[in-house]
Amino acid sequence: MSVFTRAGRARPQGGGSELAIWYLMRVTGLALFVFALTHFLILHVLYDPADQTASWIAQMRWSSLFWRVFDWSLLMLVLFHGFLGVRTVVADYTKGGTRTALLSLLYLVAFLLFAAGTSVVLTLPVVPAA
Amino acid sequence: MLLRYRGREGMLAWAFHRISGVAIWAFVVLHVVDIYLVGGDPKAYDQILQIYASPIGRVGEMLLGAALLYHALNGLRIIVMDFWPALTRYHRVLWYANWALFVVIGLPVAYQIMAPAFGLPQFLR
Repeated sequence: MSVFTRAGRARPQGGGSELAIWYLMRVTGLALFVFALTHFLILHVLYDPADQTASWIAQMRWSSLFWRVFDWSLLMLVLFHGFLGVRTVVADYTKGGTRTALLSLLYLVAFLLFAAGTSVVLTLPVVPAA
Repeated sequence: MLLRYRGREGMLAWAFHRISGVAIWAFVVLHVVDIYLVGGDPKAYDQILQIYASPIGRVGEMLLGAALLYHALNGLRIIVMDFWPALTRYHRVLWYANWALFVVIGLPVAYQIMAPAFGLPQFLR
């Protein structure tokens, strides 16, 4: 397998967690190609966001277990892919204490979004459609 | 630096991938917070929705869609070259193929998003 491409991050040599993250970025990226584009197609093309009020989400979107599971899966994929991606960007442009501080903040924000997103998808009451 | 380092299409593909990725990440942070409000403060969520649905909000929505589509297509190109290195020779052709798909898919989506701002009819409504 080649070491270089002109577009992506070079595949880390020697294994370990960096190689695992390199594969994870590609696996979650492929999954997001399906999940994120499906999400955008349904909620921005087939439906108009202007109609998607809080009660629309409770009555239509999240009255279905399937879409709750779908949206939570999308959240997990985007948290891993997005935050590991920004981790690469931060590591490229910073070093030392600044890098440690920014990465710590980054992981804290990731955890807070995990907690907020998971709690709302689990606890929003199911409202039967009117 | 953006245009000179390594240079040409490969460098631009990389720069656009990084810029679109960080932009999508920033929107995701905002988006998880606004969806949290659906449970936490539905009235506040509906107010934010008014901003998203305004003409300026729709321009942002269109830019988000463009970033997402570019990042998805170019990401697929990266994965294809990572696991089928012989295709790296054609990375430039693949990038232009990405742009062709970007335009063909993106134009109708952009119309669908912007139509209400101009009082035009949307597809499938």
